[in-house]
Amino acid sequence: MNNAPARREVLIRRILAGVAGCSLLFLTLIMLFLFMEGLPVFAVVSVSDFFSGMYWYPTAQPPEFGIFPLLVASCAVTLAASSLAVPLGIMTAVWLTEIAHPTLRRVCKPLIELLAALPSVVIGFFGMVVVAPLLQDLLDLDTGLNLFTAGLMLAFMSVPTICSVAEDALHAVPSSLRAASLALGATRWETTVRVVVPAAFSGIGTACMLGMSRSIGETMVVLMAAGGAGILPRSLFDPVRPIPSVIAAEMAEASFRGEHYHALFAIGIVLFLFTLAFNLVAQYISEKNRRVLR
Amino acid sequence: MPDFMKMRRMRENLMFSMLRLAALVNVFALFSVCAFLVWNGLSALSWDFLTEVPRNSMTEGGILPCITGTTLLALGSLAVSFPLGVASAVYMHEYAGGSPFARYIRLGVNNLAGVPSIVFGLFGMSFFVIACGFGISLLSGLLTLAVLTLPIIIGTSEEALRQVPVTLREASFALGATQSRTIMSVVLPAALPGMLTGGILGLSRAAGETAAIMFTGVVFFSRQEVDSIFSPVMALSNHIYVLASSGTEIDKTRPLQYGTALVLVLLVLGMNFVAVVLRDHLQKRRGQ
Repeated sequence: MNNAPARREVLIRRILAGVAGCSLLFLTLIMLFLFMEGLPVFAVVSVSDFFSGMYWYPTAQPPEFGIFPLLVASCAVTLAASSLAVPLGIMTAVWLTEIAHPTLRRVCKPLIELLAALPSVVIGFFGMVVVAPLLQDLLDLDTGLNLFTAGLMLAFMSVPTICSVAEDALHAVPSSLRAASLALGATRWETTVRVVVPAAFSGIGTACMLGMSRSIGETMVVLMAAGGAGILPRSLFDPVRPIPSVIAAEMAEASFRGEHYHALFAIGIVLFLFTLAFNLVAQYISEKNRRVLR
Repeated sequence: MPDFMKMRRMRENLMFSMLRLAALVNVFALFSVCAFLVWNGLSALSWDFLTEVPRNSMTEGGILPCITGTTLLALGSLAVSFPLGVASAVYMHEYAGGSPFARYIRLGVNNLAGVPSIVFGLFGMSFFVIACGFGISLLSGLLTLAVLTLPIIIGTSEEALRQVPVTLREASFALGATQSRTIMSVVLPAALPGMLTGGILGLSRAAGETAAIMFTGVVFFSRQEVDSIFSPVMALSNHIYVLASSGTEIDKTRPLQYGTALVLVLLVLGMNFVAVVLRDHLQKRRGQ
């Protein structure tokens, strides 16, 4: 007997393991290169000045690298988008799982997936040429490209994410729970809010986290529809300059491995850490939930 | 008592109407974007628009180089990410199961899926463009897109493997086939349609992506033909952005912008539609 086939099996397994390791490798490389290119900026500006500085003038002499207004802008658009997208996404998910007629559900679910597939540049374009002029006329604003428009457009991008994850969570609630509640005389609405939604609560939490992570990292929408003014917003209708749009707008002009270039990578690190935190929290919630359900 | 019951019914009806409204808002959003693009873009669409190169400093002519560029980028990225993704999924689902290594990989995949596309752009620029020395080129662009779409391919491929009944594998083992043989001849053929669905979704994501290729693979205008993987390309998504926000004559090129956006949306939604139909077909076949 030779054991060549067995050896071949081991070899194949190892090769596949190596390939599967690629994702981990890429994630490590992303972090490595972000830090390698981003950290040198802290030779020019101190960490506390970087985070609390009020002025982002990367091309002035001497340059100023304060990202506080950009941070505030990113958080503000994410908050604006989430306050719309979270209720809308969850309500749509509840409608899909609890109320919609199966036929209607089969039609609407793919439509919502198609909404997720719309390229972000098209949503940004729509915000820029349709929503912005409309709002400007309607509310008599200086500019339609502002925090509100960007938040509205981001909301439409994150609703499908929130909806599909929340829908999975609601779907996983055992139907015996619903039956028990209905048998006790509760209406379908009471069953939905007091039994089904609480049972799927952690999954819905995951959905919100993923939706927010999508909003804060989205580039094209905020680049085209947020107005791009690096100031602290005073109202919902002020133009803002969130982090992703800064990177996208300025990278082409930054001289290679100059201070500006390193500063843009440094805010890239900040953005990466933000989304990483959102994703880790989302995974933690869903992991914990899986253990409880078992 | 009946009054109380009536109130509860009324509240139920009211709340259900609100939920219906929420769902309607989504569908309305999709249709308003599409209707607006079709309304404004259809007049710009013509055979010449699709087959000519831009002329007169981008204010006239067609978008042929953008279409070929987007196609090359998307197909090229899929050619890299599909084999990688399928192999990763096979390892995680068929071999590793719940081993610690597989858990780390899953953590990596999940977090890779959440990285913003602009960060992929930064990574692609510093790694593929500069460190690997590929320059701003088709190759750098498609590799960046491949990394970006990898989590989508892995996720859908794993789902497809999960749908293959264990009994098929057991039957193959019982006939004396090795594990690799079983995977090649039994599991993969059964899972392939599901994997293709994922591939199409990855393709559509890559075609619509802008921020990741801005500094890695595309230029706004290139006179030069795309003759090798080291030449930069033009892309539909980037074309819309530049024409709409920093072009020289934004108002004059409006019809071009609508036309380009319409072509991109038709391309992306068309691919998604095929994927959905394919998946529906699969589900029906499995149901029988």
